[in-house]
Amino acid sequence: MSLVEIDKLSIGFDGRPAVSNLTLGIARGARFGIIGESGSGKSLTALSIAGLLPENAEVSGTIRLDGNALPADEKAMARLRGQRIGMVFQEPMTALNPLMRVGEQIGEALALTRHQSETSVASLLSEVGLEAQHAQRFPHQLSGGQRQRVMIAMALASAPDLMIADEPTSALDVITQRMVLDLIREICDRRQMTLIFISHDMRAVAALCDQVAVLRGGELIESGPVAKVLAEPSAAYTQKLVAATRMAPRQGTPHVAKKNLLEVDHLTRAFAHGGFWPWRKPPLLAVNDVSLSVSAGECLALVGPSGCGKTTLARMIVGLDSATAGEMRFEGTSYRGLDLPAARRADLSLVFQDPFGSFNPRLTVARSLGEPLRLVPGLSPIEHEQRVTEAIESVGLDRAMLARYPHEFSGGQRQRLAIARALVTRPSLVVLDEPVSALDVSVRGDVLDLLAKLQQQHGLTYIIISHDLDMVAAMADRVLVMEAGKIVEEGRPDALFAHPQHRLTKALMAARLPEIAA
Amino acid sequence: MNWTTLRRHPRLVIGLAATLIFAAMGLLSLIWTPYPITDIAIARRFATPGAEHLLGADQLGRDMLSLIMSGTLTSFTVAVMAIIIGVGIGVPLGLAAAIYGGPVEWVVLRFSDLAFAFPSVVIAILIATLMGPGAGNAVIAIGIFNVPVFAQVARGGALAISTLDFVAAARLAGLSRPMIALRHLLPNIASLIIVQGTIQLSLGILAEAGLSYIGLGTQPPATSLGLMLRDAQSLFLIHPWLSLAPGLAIVVIVIALNIAGDGLRDALDPRLKRQGLTNVAG
Repeated sequence: MSLVEIDKLSIGFDGRPAVSNLTLGIARGARFGIIGESGSGKSLTALSIAGLLPENAEVSGTIRLDGNALPADEKAMARLRGQRIGMVFQEPMTALNPLMRVGEQIGEALALTRHQSETSVASLLSEVGLEAQHAQRFPHQLSGGQRQRVMIAMALASAPDLMIADEPTSALDVITQRMVLDLIREICDRRQMTLIFISHDMRAVAALCDQVAVLRGGELIESGPVAKVLAEPSAAYTQKLVAATRMAPRQGTPHVAKKNLLEVDHLTRAFAHGGFWPWRKPPLLAVNDVSLSVSAGECLALVGPSGCGKTTLARMIVGLDSATAGEMRFEGTSYRGLDLPAARRADLSLVFQDPFGSFNPRLTVARSLGEPLRLVPGLSPIEHEQRVTEAIESVGLDRAMLARYPHEFSGGQRQRLAIARALVTRPSLVVLDEPVSALDVSVRGDVLDLLAKLQQQHGLTYIIISHDLDMVAAMADRVLVMEAGKIVEEGRPDALFAHPQHRLTKALMAARLPEIAA
Repeated sequence: MNWTTLRRHPRLVIGLAATLIFAAMGLLSLIWTPYPITDIAIARRFATPGAEHLLGADQLGRDMLSLIMSGTLTSFTVAVMAIIIGVGIGVPLGLAAAIYGGPVEWVVLRFSDLAFAFPSVVIAILIATLMGPGAGNAVIAIGIFNVPVFAQVARGGALAISTLDFVAAARLAGLSRPMIALRHLLPNIASLIIVQGTIQLSLGILAEAGLSYIGLGTQPPATSLGLMLRDAQSLFLIHPWLSLAPGLAIVVIVIALNIAGDGLRDALDPRLKRQGLTNVAG
């Protein structure tokens, strides 16, 4: 019998449907994946099972847990949540109370269950792979992965029948993601617990779940056993999603020139620790004595876990931050960062990671795109307009969109606009900071294709910053692996990934989720 | 902002409407009042409210409705001028603190600490001693108090905005810091400033009433709501109406402005625009 039965569930806001007519059954003990892109209604479905929908949601249909409809009364629902449903959220930093020690928070979850059980905070901590001493820490003293483990421990406190994990790993880096997924799987096996795992990542679902439902625009596209749905997807949309998980190589014909475009020479960036006695602690070296060179036309990738200094390095290269020591040479111009002469800034540009924060919501696209053109002296208004039009058309968008505002565009379109803005000055070097990690899987491929095409057309040089090894393998000519501010390994992607030498590279390789079997 | 947002925020409509009615009444007093406010007639002193004098007449026989209309105008004018001073000096200071940081920020913050340490009444007494009492000096006293408030609001909002990538993109595009502040920060903190403005307007009206009440604000023959209270206080037990009318006017204006401020915040804050959806990713 199904543990959770969703019958004709519809959820709407202000008359706009977000989930429509969804019917699903989740068997006891199953690990059930719900997959979909942003806006597909997958999180709303999960929240409705836990009775946590926002108050202005219009809901119809029934959800039965163990054969009983969910109580309408908030008190009864809260008791049910406390005793039978555990929830793990996406962002562990905001889901934990920053002013309480994590031990107390787990203890609170335990106290609310009112089970007469032996479970203690210490046993829960050890179950999720933390040590007893971690109970005394505050959330900010833990790493992202450790915080997510604490969240899982809290969800387990009530020995729930059902655990709902809403994108639990999307805020984590690759290595931690793999560890958390393995932990969830192991706990579900040991406790015979039912899991609802919500994700946009096909490969994470394939690695963890045995059943899957594919949602799109609030409607169920396909559901069934993972092996069957992903191996022989029947719906066109599922086929597209599965295809998007495989990265085809995008390196074209060799185009690397002998000439060095950018040289980075013993670059160091130190951040002083705050505090009353600033000299008590040694400064943090975000980038520590890094030297590298980029040839014209090359696509160089910098990979490494979060906090390894790759973004700091990129910000210095484009002139947003200054190095503490060392220098860079860009086509013969020496600079340390912020002192990059205005005349050279047009030749360097940066594409940001988050397409939602990289445009001023109050400016039209035309004005945002035209902004970097002030670096190109002596443009007439007509030339200015031509450049902007050319830029937006080169990324496959229509010139009529220039009059619109950023909020009218989807994530993928905004990232195209960000690329257009980076190209409007016709630079020779473009730094791409996690260019696709904030995008839905199905549009990542399109954006990467676009980047590869633009590189061919304009002879661009790329520096890609990423922790996604598959993307790097598909795009880069050369890969640098960074850890704690230092470059620890370098090589061509095929050779490097086939025979990783450094411990970190090996760990990154091991954390890759298995490809979906065809 | 359009008609749909107005319909969705009844508080905003009620608050704005009440404020506008009082403001219009005040403006009307410039060209017309039932009786001239300088029209003293001992014969009709303490006239009770009636057909001839809708709100009665005061101890000098002046028409109360005319006085309240004119007093409202003074109160609004003083408070609005004080806000212009506050926004005009405070917002540039706050933006400068946010974009330059370092010593500039230190100076702005210490200045606002200093200004917060002195209540506006103390500043007003100081100014009145130096320059003599009057509405103009009340404007300066309240305005000085507004400066650090707007500086703090502008700095806080600008700091939050400046961590976003589009500000970094603007720096890459070679915009100078003042340009970034004008083009990217100011438009995005405008709603914060407007909301703070309505709150400061109500505080300014209260402060003006307070200053006039202790004799440091508006001077006769001009009048303000605070000054009317001051004139009526010795007669409170005999003719309570004389203090109730201006007192109630102050209360209603301040409540209306606060409601309008709350409504504006709800209507302008994008985080509150779609309530309940903030935690929902997909």
